Parts: sequence; C-alpha cells; structure tokens
Amino acid sequence: MTDLSLHLMDIMQNSAVVGSTYIEVGIKAEKKKNLLTLYVKDDGWGMDEETVRKVSDPFYTTRTTRKAGLGIPLLRMSAEMAGGGISIESEPGRGTTVTAVYEIDNIDRKPLGDVGETMAISIMGNPELEYHLLLSNDDEEYVFRTEDVRKQIGDLPINDTVIIGYLKEMISEQVNRIFGGILNEIIS
Amino acid sequence: MKSLAELAELRQKSLDKMNMRNTDTRERIVVGMATCGIAAGARPVMNTFVEEVNKRHLGDVSVGMTGCMGMCALEPMVDVYDADGTKTTYIHMTPEKAKRVVAEHIVNGQPVEEFTITAKDQNNA
Ligand SMILES: Nc1ncnc2c1ncn2[C@@H]1O[C@H](COP(=O)(O)OP(=O)(O)OP(=O)(O)O)[C@@H](O)[C@H]1O
Ligand code: FES
Ligand SMILES: [Mg+2]
Repeated sequence: MTDLSLHLMDIMQNSAVVGSTYIEVGIKAEKKKNLLTLYVKDDGWGMDEETVRKVSDPFYTTRTTRKAGLGIPLLRMSAEMAGGGISIESEPGRGTTVTAVYEIDNIDRKPLGDVGETMAISIMGNPELEYHLLLSNDDEEYVFRTEDVRKQIGDLPINDTVIIGYLKEMISEQVNRIFGGILNEIIS
Repeated sequence: MKSLAELAELRQKSLDKMNMRNTDTRERIVVGMATCGIAAGARPVMNTFVEEVNKRHLGDVSVGMTGCMGMCALEPMVDVYDADGTKTTYIHMTPEKAKRVVAEHIVNGQPVEEFTITAKDQNNA
C-alpha cells in the first residue's frame, strides 16, 4: 500500500463484509503531540479474544481463497515503521474498532493519500451501509454522514455516479481544509 | 466549497437524466477490491469506471465491487457482465485501460481482447 487512504479502504472492506450496518472512519492529526490516529469502527459480528490475538499476527485469515490474511498485518507494519502501532478492540456480536497510530513527522510515515476517493468508492461498493467520517486537527473538526446525504437525495440511490462524484470532491475539500496547514507534512 | 445542500439539485439533474434512459438491462462492471486488488490499484480503476459512466451518461450501467478474485498476480481484475450474462474478465487494469473498456466494450459492445485473461494467465496465476 503506497498511502494511508489505501490502508483505510482495505480495513473498511473488512468491516463491510462482517454484517455491519455502519462504518465509522476517523482521522485525527494532533500536531502538538506529533500523532496521527486513524480508526475504522463497525457494528459487525466482531471477533473473540483469541481471534483478535491471531489477526494481529501476520497471516491469520478466515478467507478460503488464500491461506494468509494480509490487510491487518500490512497496516501494522506501516504503523510500526512510522513510530506507532495498531490496536484492535472487538466484541462478538457488538463490533470492532481497528486503530492505527503514526508519528506525524516520521520520515517513514506514508502520505495520507486520497481520502475522498476512499470514502466515495467504499460508498459506491456498499450503498446499503451508513458511513461516518470524522476529521479533526488540534482546533477543528468535520463530520460527514451518509444519513445526511440520503436526506438530500431522497429516493435517488446513493450509488448514483453523479452523487458519488460530488461526494468525492466534497470530502477532498474538507480533508484539505482540516489538514491543510499540516497537509504537506502529512502528505510528505 | 461543496456542500450537502447542493445535493438536492444534483438529485433532480440525475433523475431527469434517468427519465431519458431506456430501461433495457445493461452491463454490470465488478471490480475486485480485496487487499491485493487495492494494493495493485483497484480503487482508482473503479473510480475511473464511475467517472466514465457518469460522463457518458451511462447511468444504467452498474459499477460495483467484490472481494478476492482468486488470482493475486493478475490484480487489479475486473469482470464485465453483459446483459445476456456473458462474463469478460479483464486483468492488470489501470485507469487508462478502464477508459478503453468503457468506450469499446460498454459503448460499442466490443470487448477489449488485449486486456482479457487468457488460459495461460490462469495457469500461471
Ligand atoms: N472488522 C472486522 N470484524 C470482524 N472480523 C474481522 C474484522 N477485520 C478483520 N477480521 C478478521 O480478521 C481476519 C484477518 O483480516 P485481514 O484483513 O488481515 O485479512 P483478510 O481480510 O482475511 O484478507 P485480505 O485482507 O488479505 O484480503 C479476517 O479474515 C477476519 O476473520
Ligand atoms: S488474495 Fe489476492 S486476489 Fe484474492
Ligand atoms: Mg482484509
């Protein structure tokens, strides 16, 4: 994965296939603490403790087409390389939160990448799910919710290509607004 | 700045366009979006399909995603299902190739043979 938005896309796809009804994505840049935190939270069927322990190990998977799970180990590597790490909180029947932390100024931190495209394409592929996106820096925050989009578009499906294209641009503008001042450091 | 309020207008535009469409079943484009696909570039490929469908007013062509397509080395992979159910599998896709698939396969009904999977690819994968 060449940037963090691709990791997000991948972790969000995990959440999309475990019976979730909503997926919340958070990106928080705390410049004073030099910390960038990403999380993906869902209300899917979750994992028991033993499974959580195993998925943090490289190459555990419940998929049948390949022996090894890759998504979470890759996320862990990218965070550990950049002075951070990941944590997974999960409860069977309740849901899962996967969190990854990075040092903002670490030279091995991958750039943030195209978060607008990650959100838009995830919504396109999983139109039945509700997505929330929370962006924040030291002073400001922005919240996006597909529920609010649906209120505006009524009976038009959210995966209409006109709507998806607009959402991609709208979210990208907000990502630039919230991370703008420190964007060049995040998108190194 | 773009805002949610503008979506209501877009909705009307999109509905107007929809009324002009015919109701024949059209192609379904399905992009593989497991970890290998994403790492190999599946997201911008899917985004290009969305943009091209939008630009060319092909709103009745569906664009969706699926998980693992089983052949990591051939990702990004895309299946196109024609109205009659015929499946064409494209491999090593890029945004540029996606544009050609829309122009030649979706619009003109001619699959882009040079991008499709061969028996040899399948054996090597
Ligand atoms: N949000 C989640 N809810 C429940 N189970 C999860 C969740 N995320 C991951 N898992 C479990 O952890 C396993 C490993 O996940 P990981 O993303 O590393 O690999 P994968 O999804 O199996 O395959 P890949 O990501 O390589 O396509 C999954 O197979 C699944 O069993
Ligand atoms: S595991 Fe690589 S394509 Fe599915
Ligand atoms: Mg995964």
